[in-house]
Amino acid sequence: MIIVDNLYKKFGKNEVLSALNLKIEEPGIFAILGPNGSGKTTLIKSILGMVVPNNGHITLKGIPIKNNWKYRQEIDYLPQIANFPGNLKVKELIRMIKDLRDMPADEERLIALFKLEPFLNKKLSTLSGGTKQKVNLVLTFMFDSPLLILDEPTTGLDPASLIHLKEWVNQEKAKGKTILITSHIMQFVSEIADEIVYLLEGKIYFKGTKEALMTRTNQKNLEHAIAAIATTPANV
Amino acid sequence: MFKILKYSFYDLIRSRWSYVYFLFYLVLGFVLLFLNNDVSKAVITLMNIIIVLVPLIGTIFGVMYYYNSKEFTELLLAQPVKRSSIFLGQYLGVAGSLTLSLVLGLGIPFVLYGLLRSSAIFDFSLLLVTGAFLTLIFTALSFNIALSNENKIKGFGYAVLLWLFLAVVYDGIFLMSLILFKEYPLDNFSLIVTMFNPIDLSRTLILLKLDISALLGYTGAVFKQFFGTSQGFIISLLMLILWTVVPIWRMLYISKKKDF
Repeated sequence: MIIVDNLYKKFGKNEVLSALNLKIEEPGIFAILGPNGSGKTTLIKSILGMVVPNNGHITLKGIPIKNNWKYRQEIDYLPQIANFPGNLKVKELIRMIKDLRDMPADEERLIALFKLEPFLNKKLSTLSGGTKQKVNLVLTFMFDSPLLILDEPTTGLDPASLIHLKEWVNQEKAKGKTILITSHIMQFVSEIADEIVYLLEGKIYFKGTKEALMTRTNQKNLEHAIAAIATTPANV
Repeated sequence: MFKILKYSFYDLIRSRWSYVYFLFYLVLGFVLLFLNNDVSKAVITLMNIIIVLVPLIGTIFGVMYYYNSKEFTELLLAQPVKRSSIFLGQYLGVAGSLTLSLVLGLGIPFVLYGLLRSSAIFDFSLLLVTGAFLTLIFTALSFNIALSNENKIKGFGYAVLLWLFLAVVYDGIFLMSLILFKEYPLDNFSLIVTMFNPIDLSRTLILLKLDISALLGYTGAVFKQFFGTSQGFIISLLMLILWTVVPIWRMLYISKKKDF
Protein backbone atom coordinates (compact mmCIF):
# COMPACT_ATOMS: atom_id res chain seq x y z
CA MET A 1 0.00 0.00 0.00
CA ILE A 2 2.51 2.62 1.15
CA ILE A 3 6.23 2.43 0.50
CA VAL A 4 8.46 5.13 1.91
CA ASP A 5 11.97 4.87 0.59
CA ASN A 6 14.98 6.69 2.02
CA LEU A 7 13.09 9.81 3.03
CA TYR A 8 14.93 12.93 4.17
CA LYS A 9 13.43 16.15 5.43
CA LYS A 10 15.11 19.16 6.95
CA PHE A 11 13.47 22.26 8.36
CA GLY A 12 16.29 24.77 8.28
CA LYS A 13 19.11 23.09 10.14
CA ASN A 14 16.85 20.71 11.97
CA GLU A 15 16.89 17.31 10.31
CA VAL A 16 13.52 15.78 11.12
CA LEU A 17 13.53 12.68 8.91
CA SER A 18 16.76 11.02 7.88
CA ALA A 19 16.84 7.97 5.65
CA LEU A 20 13.43 6.78 6.75
CA ASN A 21 12.21 3.52 5.21
CA LEU A 22 8.76 2.19 5.81
CA LYS A 23 6.71 -0.44 4.07
CA ILE A 24 3.07 -0.99 4.88
CA GLU A 25 1.61 -3.64 2.62
CA GLU A 26 -1.27 -5.26 4.41
CA PRO A 27 -4.46 -3.78 5.80
CA GLY A 28 -4.72 -3.21 9.54
CA ILE A 29 -4.20 -0.57 12.19
CA PHE A 30 -0.69 0.80 12.49
CA ALA A 31 0.22 3.01 15.40
CA ILE A 32 2.98 5.48 14.59
CA LEU A 33 4.61 6.30 17.89
CA GLY A 34 7.64 8.24 19.01
CA PRO A 35 8.71 11.02 21.35
CA ASN A 36 7.77 14.63 20.63
CA GLY A 37 9.61 15.95 17.64
CA SER A 38 10.53 12.51 16.31
CA GLY A 39 8.96 13.27 12.95
CA LYS A 40 5.56 11.57 13.14
CA THR A 41 3.57 14.47 11.79
CA THR A 42 6.26 15.24 9.20
CA LEU A 43 6.08 11.66 7.97
CA ILE A 44 2.31 11.83 7.71
CA LYS A 45 2.38 15.20 6.00
CA SER A 46 4.97 13.87 3.54
CA ILE A 47 2.65 11.02 2.66
CA LEU A 48 -0.11 13.57 2.14
CA GLY A 49 2.11 15.77 0.01
CA MET A 50 1.78 18.74 2.36
CA VAL A 51 5.47 18.61 3.19
CA VAL A 52 7.88 18.34 0.28
CA PRO A 53 10.72 15.93 1.19
CA ASN A 54 14.34 16.89 0.45
CA ASN A 55 15.11 13.43 -0.80
CA GLY A 56 13.51 10.01 -1.14
CA HIS A 57 10.38 8.54 -2.66
CA ILE A 58 6.93 7.71 -1.47
CA THR A 59 4.61 5.50 -3.45
CA LEU A 60 1.02 4.75 -2.73
CA LYS A 61 -0.46 1.69 -4.40
CA GLY A 62 2.59 1.67 -6.65
CA ILE A 63 2.10 5.26 -7.84
CA PRO A 64 4.74 7.84 -6.89
CA ILE A 65 3.09 10.73 -5.08
CA LYS A 66 5.52 13.41 -6.25
CA ASN A 67 3.81 16.10 -8.30
CA ASN A 68 0.64 14.11 -8.08
CA TRP A 69 -2.55 15.08 -6.30
CA LYS A 70 -5.16 12.63 -7.49
CA TYR A 71 -3.86 9.96 -5.12
CA ARG A 72 -5.27 11.95 -2.20
CA GLN A 73 -8.64 10.68 -3.34
CA GLU A 74 -7.54 7.43 -1.67
CA ILE A 75 -6.73 9.05 1.68
CA ASP A 76 -8.91 10.30 4.51
CA TYR A 77 -6.84 12.50 6.78
CA LEU A 78 -7.62 13.71 10.27
CA PRO A 79 -5.39 16.71 11.06
CA GLN A 80 -3.88 17.10 14.48
CA ILE A 81 -5.52 20.29 15.60
CA ALA A 82 -8.95 21.00 14.28
CA ASN A 83 -8.42 24.47 12.90
CA PHE A 84 -11.27 25.35 10.64
CA PRO A 85 -12.29 28.59 8.98
CA GLY A 86 -14.23 30.18 11.84
CA ASN A 87 -16.85 32.05 9.85
CA LEU A 88 -18.36 28.89 8.34
CA LYS A 89 -21.18 26.90 9.85
CA VAL A 90 -20.64 23.21 10.57
CA LYS A 91 -23.20 22.29 7.93
CA GLU A 92 -21.55 24.50 5.32
CA LEU A 93 -18.13 23.06 6.03
CA ILE A 94 -19.38 19.50 5.60
CA ARG A 95 -21.17 20.45 2.40
CA MET A 96 -18.08 22.19 1.08
CA ILE A 97 -15.74 19.27 1.71
CA LYS A 98 -18.25 16.93 0.09
CA ASP A 99 -18.43 19.23 -2.90
CA LEU A 100 -14.64 19.40 -3.15
CA ARG A 101 -14.09 15.67 -2.99
CA ASP A 102 -17.00 14.82 -5.19
CA MET A 103 -17.42 11.39 -3.60
CA PRO A 104 -20.36 9.65 -1.96
CA ALA A 105 -20.38 10.53 1.74
CA ASP A 106 -22.08 9.08 4.74
CA GLU A 107 -22.15 11.98 7.15
CA GLU A 108 -25.60 11.49 8.67
CA ARG A 109 -24.72 8.36 10.60
CA LEU A 110 -21.60 10.02 11.99
CA ILE A 111 -23.44 13.19 12.96
CA ALA A 112 -25.94 11.08 14.87
CA LEU A 113 -23.19 8.98 16.44
CA PHE A 114 -21.30 11.98 17.78
CA LYS A 115 -24.54 13.85 18.58
CA LEU A 116 -23.64 16.87 16.49
CA GLU A 117 -27.17 17.80 15.35
CA PRO A 118 -27.51 20.79 17.72
CA PHE A 119 -24.27 22.27 16.36
CA LEU A 120 -24.96 22.01 12.64
CA ASN A 121 -26.07 25.62 12.34
CA LYS A 122 -23.42 27.04 14.63
CA LYS A 123 -20.29 28.76 13.42
CA LEU A 124 -17.09 26.80 13.86
CA SER A 125 -15.42 29.56 15.84
CA THR A 126 -18.03 29.17 18.60
CA LEU A 127 -17.47 25.44 19.12
CA SER A 128 -15.52 23.91 21.99
CA GLY A 129 -12.31 21.99 21.32
CA GLY A 130 -13.94 18.58 21.76
CA THR A 131 -16.84 19.46 19.49
CA LYS A 132 -14.43 20.71 16.84
CA GLN A 133 -12.61 17.41 17.07
CA LYS A 134 -15.92 15.60 16.51
CA VAL A 135 -16.57 17.69 13.41
CA ASN A 136 -13.05 16.80 12.35
CA LEU A 137 -13.85 13.12 12.79
CA VAL A 138 -17.05 13.43 10.77
CA LEU A 139 -15.17 15.11 7.94
CA THR A 140 -12.60 12.33 7.93
CA PHE A 141 -14.78 9.28 8.32
CA MET A 142 -17.62 10.28 6.03
CA PHE A 143 -15.74 9.15 2.92
CA ASP A 144 -14.88 5.60 2.07
CA SER A 145 -11.19 5.63 1.15
CA PRO A 146 -8.80 2.68 1.47
CA LEU A 147 -6.23 4.59 3.55
CA LEU A 148 -7.02 6.43 6.77
CA ILE A 149 -4.51 8.66 8.49
CA LEU A 150 -5.45 9.86 11.95
CA ASP A 151 -3.18 12.33 13.72
CA GLU A 152 -3.99 12.35 17.45
CA PRO A 153 -7.64 11.37 16.99
CA THR A 154 -8.44 11.25 20.72
CA THR A 155 -7.62 14.90 21.49
CA GLY A 156 -10.38 16.48 23.56
CA LEU A 157 -12.89 13.64 23.20
CA ASP A 158 -15.17 12.62 26.07
CA PRO A 159 -15.26 8.91 27.09
CA ALA A 160 -18.47 8.16 25.22
CA SER A 161 -17.12 9.61 21.98
CA LEU A 162 -13.86 7.77 22.51
CA ILE A 163 -15.75 4.48 22.59
CA HIS A 164 -17.60 5.45 19.41
CA LEU A 165 -14.30 6.34 17.80
CA LYS A 166 -12.77 2.95 18.63
CA GLU A 167 -15.83 1.15 17.33
CA TRP A 168 -15.78 3.14 14.15
CA VAL A 169 -12.06 2.55 13.57
CA ASN A 170 -12.52 -1.20 14.11
CA GLN A 171 -15.44 -1.19 11.73
CA GLU A 172 -13.27 0.49 9.08
CA LYS A 173 -10.53 -2.04 9.68
CA ALA A 174 -13.04 -4.83 9.11
CA LYS A 175 -13.63 -3.35 5.65
CA GLY A 176 -9.99 -4.12 4.86
CA LYS A 177 -8.59 -0.60 5.13
CA THR A 178 -5.14 0.48 6.15
CA ILE A 179 -5.25 2.85 9.08
CA LEU A 180 -2.32 4.89 10.39
CA ILE A 181 -2.75 6.43 13.83
CA THR A 182 -0.48 8.62 15.89
CA SER A 183 -1.27 8.99 19.55
CA HIS A 184 0.35 9.54 22.91
CA ILE A 185 -2.44 7.73 24.74
CA MET A 186 -0.97 4.25 25.16
CA GLN A 187 -4.16 2.72 26.44
CA PHE A 188 -5.89 3.71 23.23
CA VAL A 189 -3.00 2.39 21.16
CA SER A 190 -2.81 -0.95 22.97
CA GLU A 191 -6.54 -1.48 22.57
CA ILE A 192 -6.68 -0.68 18.93
CA ALA A 193 -3.36 -1.14 17.12
CA ASP A 194 -2.21 -4.30 15.35
CA GLU A 195 1.29 -3.09 14.75
CA ILE A 196 3.56 -0.51 16.26
CA VAL A 197 5.85 1.69 14.19
CA TYR A 198 8.27 3.48 16.49
CA LEU A 199 10.05 6.57 15.23
CA LEU A 200 13.18 7.92 16.83
CA GLU A 201 15.38 10.71 15.53
CA GLY A 202 13.83 10.58 12.10
CA LYS A 203 14.20 6.85 11.57
CA ILE A 204 12.04 3.80 12.10
CA TYR A 205 13.45 2.35 15.29
CA PHE A 206 11.04 -0.52 15.65
CA LYS A 207 8.28 -2.03 13.56
CA GLY A 208 6.33 -5.05 14.66
CA THR A 209 3.45 -6.33 16.75
CA LYS A 210 2.69 -5.26 20.29
CA GLU A 211 3.75 -8.65 21.58
CA ALA A 212 7.10 -8.50 19.79
CA LEU A 213 7.68 -5.08 21.34
CA MET A 214 6.90 -6.29 24.83
CA THR A 215 9.12 -9.39 24.60
CA ARG A 216 11.95 -7.34 23.21
CA THR A 217 11.84 -4.82 25.99
CA ASN A 218 10.94 -7.36 28.71
CA GLN A 219 7.96 -5.33 29.77
CA LYS A 220 4.44 -6.41 30.57
CA ASN A 221 2.53 -3.40 29.42
CA LEU A 222 2.74 -1.31 26.31
CA GLU A 223 3.27 2.00 28.04
CA HIS A 224 6.42 0.79 29.78
CA ALA A 225 7.57 -1.04 26.67
CA ILE A 226 7.34 2.20 24.69
CA ALA A 227 9.13 4.12 27.38
CA ALA A 228 11.85 1.45 27.53
CA ILE A 229 12.32 0.90 23.82
CA ALA A 230 14.74 3.73 23.17
CA THR A 231 17.12 2.36 25.78
CA THR A 232 17.25 -1.22 24.44
CA PRO A 233 19.64 -1.91 21.56
CA ALA A 234 18.15 -1.79 18.11
CA ASN A 235 17.73 -4.84 15.93
CA VAL A 236 14.96 -3.94 13.52
CA MET B 1 -9.93 25.60 -9.10
CA PHE B 2 -13.38 27.02 -9.73
CA LYS B 3 -14.75 25.40 -6.60
CA ILE B 4 -12.02 27.01 -4.49
CA LEU B 5 -12.61 30.31 -6.27
CA LYS B 6 -16.31 30.01 -5.57
CA TYR B 7 -15.81 29.42 -1.84
CA SER B 8 -13.19 32.14 -1.42
CA PHE B 9 -15.34 34.57 -3.36
CA TYR B 10 -18.51 33.86 -1.36
CA ASP B 11 -16.54 34.00 1.85
CA LEU B 12 -15.25 37.47 0.96
CA ILE B 13 -18.49 38.76 -0.49
CA ARG B 14 -20.15 37.95 2.81
CA SER B 15 -17.54 39.77 4.84
CA ARG B 16 -18.12 43.26 6.12
CA TRP B 17 -14.99 44.69 4.52
CA SER B 18 -16.13 44.05 0.99
CA TYR B 19 -19.25 46.07 1.69
CA VAL B 20 -17.30 48.88 3.28
CA TYR B 21 -15.00 48.99 0.27
CA PHE B 22 -17.95 48.91 -2.14
CA LEU B 23 -19.87 51.58 -0.25
CA PHE B 24 -16.80 53.79 -0.10
CA TYR B 25 -16.53 53.85 -3.88
CA LEU B 26 -20.27 54.28 -4.24
CA VAL B 27 -20.27 57.34 -2.00
CA LEU B 28 -17.11 58.66 -3.61
CA GLY B 29 -18.63 58.31 -7.07
CA PHE B 30 -21.83 60.14 -6.15
CA VAL B 31 -20.11 62.89 -4.21
CA LEU B 32 -17.58 63.59 -6.96
CA LEU B 33 -20.19 63.69 -9.66
CA PHE B 34 -22.47 66.05 -7.80
CA LEU B 35 -19.70 68.31 -6.57
CA ASN B 36 -17.96 68.51 -9.92
CA ASN B 37 -20.92 68.26 -12.20
CA ASP B 38 -18.47 67.20 -14.87
CA VAL B 39 -17.59 63.63 -15.72
CA SER B 40 -14.09 64.37 -17.05
CA LYS B 41 -13.05 66.26 -13.93
CA ALA B 42 -14.51 63.56 -11.75
CA VAL B 43 -12.44 61.01 -13.63
CA ILE B 44 -9.23 62.91 -12.85
CA THR B 45 -10.02 63.22 -9.17
CA LEU B 46 -10.97 59.57 -9.07
CA MET B 47 -7.73 58.64 -10.75
CA ASN B 48 -5.74 60.37 -8.04
CA ILE B 49 -7.60 58.42 -5.39
CA ILE B 50 -7.64 55.08 -7.19
CA ILE B 51 -3.96 55.11 -8.02
CA VAL B 52 -3.04 55.25 -4.35
CA LEU B 53 -5.95 53.52 -2.66
CA VAL B 54 -6.41 50.48 -4.90
CA PRO B 55 -2.84 49.21 -4.44
CA LEU B 56 -3.04 49.79 -0.68
CA ILE B 57 -6.31 47.90 -0.30
CA GLY B 58 -5.14 45.14 -2.63
CA THR B 59 -1.95 44.64 -0.63
CA ILE B 60 -3.56 44.73 2.80
CA PHE B 61 -6.52 42.54 1.81
CA GLY B 62 -4.26 40.01 0.12
CA VAL B 63 -1.95 39.60 3.11
CA MET B 64 -4.85 39.58 5.55
CA TYR B 65 -6.81 37.01 3.61
CA TYR B 66 -3.84 34.69 3.23
CA TYR B 67 -3.02 34.69 6.93
CA ASN B 68 -6.64 34.44 8.00
CA SER B 69 -7.40 31.52 5.73
CA LYS B 70 -4.31 29.52 6.66
CA GLU B 71 -6.37 26.86 8.39
CA PHE B 72 -8.71 26.60 5.46
CA THR B 73 -5.71 26.24 3.14
CA GLU B 74 -4.30 23.41 5.25
CA LEU B 75 -7.63 21.67 5.19
CA LEU B 76 -7.69 21.97 1.41
CA LEU B 77 -4.13 20.73 1.00
CA ALA B 78 -5.09 17.34 2.42
CA GLN B 79 -7.92 17.05 -0.10
CA PRO B 80 -7.51 15.73 -3.62
CA VAL B 81 -7.03 19.20 -5.06
CA LYS B 82 -4.07 20.50 -6.98
CA ARG B 83 -1.88 22.92 -5.06
CA SER B 84 -1.84 25.51 -7.80
CA SER B 85 -5.65 25.38 -7.96
CA ILE B 86 -5.90 26.15 -4.26
CA PHE B 87 -3.73 29.25 -4.42
CA LEU B 88 -4.92 30.45 -7.79
CA GLY B 89 -8.51 30.00 -6.62
CA GLN B 90 -7.94 31.95 -3.42
CA TYR B 91 -6.04 34.67 -5.24
CA LEU B 92 -8.73 35.10 -7.85
CA GLY B 93 -11.34 35.09 -5.11
CA VAL B 94 -9.68 38.03 -3.35
CA ALA B 95 -8.74 39.97 -6.47
CA GLY B 96 -12.13 39.26 -8.05
CA SER B 97 -14.19 40.46 -5.12
CA LEU B 98 -12.07 43.61 -4.78
CA THR B 99 -12.37 44.35 -8.48
CA LEU B 100 -16.10 43.80 -8.31
CA SER B 101 -16.42 46.28 -5.42
CA LEU B 102 -14.43 48.83 -7.42
CA VAL B 103 -16.24 48.40 -10.71
CA LEU B 104 -19.72 48.30 -9.22
CA GLY B 105 -19.05 50.99 -6.63
CA LEU B 106 -17.86 53.47 -9.22
CA GLY B 107 -19.88 52.16 -12.12
CA ILE B 108 -23.32 52.57 -10.57
CA PRO B 109 -23.13 56.33 -9.85
CA PHE B 110 -21.57 57.00 -13.23
CA VAL B 111 -24.15 55.04 -15.13
CA LEU B 112 -26.93 56.76 -13.18
CA TYR B 113 -25.37 60.13 -13.97
CA GLY B 114 -25.57 59.44 -17.66
CA LEU B 115 -22.08 58.28 -18.47
CA LEU B 116 -23.23 56.12 -21.33
CA ARG B 117 -24.23 59.23 -23.26
CA SER B 118 -21.14 61.23 -22.38
CA SER B 119 -17.88 61.30 -24.29
CA ALA B 120 -15.89 60.37 -21.19
CA ILE B 121 -16.92 56.75 -21.37
CA PHE B 122 -13.56 55.67 -22.80
CA ASP B 123 -11.57 57.53 -20.14
CA PHE B 124 -13.78 56.11 -17.48
CA SER B 125 -13.46 52.53 -18.74
CA LEU B 126 -9.70 52.96 -18.91
CA LEU B 127 -9.78 54.09 -15.29
CA LEU B 128 -11.69 50.98 -14.31
CA VAL B 129 -9.42 48.70 -16.35
CA THR B 130 -6.26 50.10 -14.77
CA GLY B 131 -7.95 49.92 -11.36
CA ALA B 132 -8.68 46.26 -11.99
CA PHE B 133 -5.09 45.67 -13.11
CA LEU B 134 -3.72 47.40 -10.02
CA THR B 135 -5.91 45.18 -7.84
CA LEU B 136 -4.68 42.05 -9.61
CA ILE B 137 -1.04 43.16 -9.44
CA PHE B 138 -0.96 44.17 -5.81
CA THR B 139 -2.99 41.23 -4.57
CA ALA B 140 -0.56 38.91 -6.35
CA LEU B 141 2.42 40.74 -4.86
CA SER B 142 0.91 40.51 -1.40
CA PHE B 143 0.28 36.77 -1.80
CA ASN B 144 3.95 36.42 -2.72
CA ILE B 145 4.98 38.24 0.43
CA ALA B 146 2.60 36.26 2.63
CA LEU B 147 3.73 32.93 1.17
CA SER B 148 7.38 33.70 1.81
CA ASN B 149 6.83 34.92 5.37
CA GLU B 150 5.47 32.62 8.06
CA ASN B 151 5.49 35.50 10.51
CA LYS B 152 2.32 37.56 10.18
CA ILE B 153 3.75 40.79 11.51
CA LYS B 154 6.73 40.58 9.18
CA GLY B 155 4.44 39.81 6.24
CA PHE B 156 2.25 42.82 7.00
CA GLY B 157 5.31 44.99 7.42
CA TYR B 158 6.81 44.01 4.09
CA ALA B 159 3.46 44.43 2.34
CA VAL B 160 3.01 47.96 3.65
CA LEU B 161 6.62 48.80 2.79
CA LEU B 162 6.10 47.53 -0.74
CA TRP B 163 3.09 49.76 -1.16
CA LEU B 164 4.86 52.72 0.36
CA PHE B 165 7.82 52.20 -1.92
CA LEU B 166 5.87 51.91 -5.15
CA ALA B 167 3.29 54.58 -4.33
CA VAL B 168 5.50 57.23 -2.72
CA VAL B 169 9.23 56.52 -2.44
CA TYR B 170 9.68 55.43 -6.05
CA ASP B 171 8.33 58.75 -7.32
CA GLY B 172 10.60 60.60 -4.94
CA ILE B 173 13.68 58.79 -6.17
CA PHE B 174 12.52 59.26 -9.75
CA LEU B 175 12.13 63.01 -9.32
CA MET B 176 15.44 63.34 -7.51
CA SER B 177 17.22 61.52 -10.30
CA LEU B 178 15.56 63.78 -12.85
CA ILE B 179 16.88 66.83 -11.01
CA LEU B 180 20.33 65.32 -10.52
CA PHE B 181 20.75 64.35 -14.14
CA LYS B 182 18.92 67.27 -15.70
CA GLU B 183 21.91 68.03 -17.96
CA TYR B 184 21.27 64.81 -19.85
CA PRO B 185 18.41 63.81 -22.15
CA LEU B 186 16.03 61.97 -19.88
CA ASP B 187 12.96 61.21 -21.97
CA ASN B 188 13.78 57.57 -22.65
CA PHE B 189 15.05 57.08 -19.13
CA SER B 190 11.81 58.39 -17.63
CA LEU B 191 9.77 56.32 -20.04
CA ILE B 192 11.52 53.16 -18.90
CA VAL B 193 11.43 54.06 -15.23
CA THR B 194 7.70 54.66 -15.54
CA MET B 195 7.26 51.20 -17.03
CA PHE B 196 8.84 49.57 -13.99
CA ASN B 197 6.29 50.86 -11.55
CA PRO B 198 2.70 49.76 -12.15
CA ILE B 199 1.34 52.74 -10.24
CA ASP B 200 3.26 55.26 -12.35
CA LEU B 201 2.43 53.36 -15.46
CA SER B 202 -1.30 53.49 -14.72
CA ARG B 203 -1.17 57.15 -13.80
CA THR B 204 0.65 58.13 -16.99
CA LEU B 205 -1.62 56.00 -19.10
CA ILE B 206 -4.75 57.71 -17.77
CA LEU B 207 -3.35 61.24 -17.70
CA LEU B 208 -2.27 61.07 -21.31
CA LYS B 209 -5.60 59.72 -22.40
CA LEU B 210 -7.22 62.67 -20.67
CA ASP B 211 -5.46 65.11 -22.99
CA ILE B 212 -3.97 67.23 -20.27
CA SER B 213 -0.44 66.29 -21.24
CA ALA B 214 0.13 69.86 -22.40
CA LEU B 215 0.56 70.63 -18.73
CA LEU B 216 3.49 68.28 -18.53
CA GLY B 217 5.92 70.25 -20.67
CA TYR B 218 8.54 68.74 -22.91
CA THR B 219 8.68 65.32 -21.23
CA GLY B 220 4.94 65.31 -21.48
CA ALA B 221 5.24 65.69 -25.21
CA VAL B 222 7.62 62.74 -25.40
CA PHE B 223 5.27 60.72 -23.22
CA LYS B 224 2.32 61.76 -25.32
CA GLN B 225 4.20 60.63 -28.39
CA PHE B 226 4.71 57.27 -26.81
CA PHE B 227 1.60 56.57 -24.76
CA GLY B 228 -0.71 58.49 -27.06
CA THR B 229 -0.09 56.20 -29.99
CA SER B 230 -1.81 52.89 -30.18
CA GLN B 231 1.58 51.21 -30.13
CA GLY B 232 2.52 52.87 -26.84
CA PHE B 233 -0.89 52.04 -25.47
CA ILE B 234 -0.49 48.39 -26.36
CA ILE B 235 3.02 48.25 -24.89
CA SER B 236 1.80 49.75 -21.61
CA LEU B 237 -1.08 47.30 -21.48
CA LEU B 238 1.35 44.46 -22.13
CA MET B 239 3.53 45.80 -19.34
CA LEU B 240 0.55 45.78 -16.96
CA ILE B 241 -0.24 42.21 -18.00
CA LEU B 242 3.39 41.25 -17.39
CA TRP B 243 3.17 42.89 -13.95
CA THR B 244 0.18 40.66 -13.26
CA VAL B 245 1.43 37.41 -14.74
CA VAL B 246 4.93 37.37 -13.24
CA PRO B 247 3.83 37.67 -9.59
CA ILE B 248 1.10 35.07 -10.16
CA TRP B 249 3.62 32.70 -11.69
CA ARG B 250 6.02 33.25 -8.79
CA MET B 251 3.20 32.73 -6.29
CA LEU B 252 2.43 29.33 -7.83
CA TYR B 253 6.12 28.48 -7.96
CA ILE B 254 6.70 29.19 -4.25
CA SER B 255 3.51 27.46 -3.20
CA LYS B 256 4.63 24.30 -4.97
CA LYS B 257 7.81 24.09 -2.90
CA LYS B 258 6.39 25.19 0.43
CA ASP B 259 5.84 22.93 3.44
CA PHE B 260 2.60 23.22 5.37
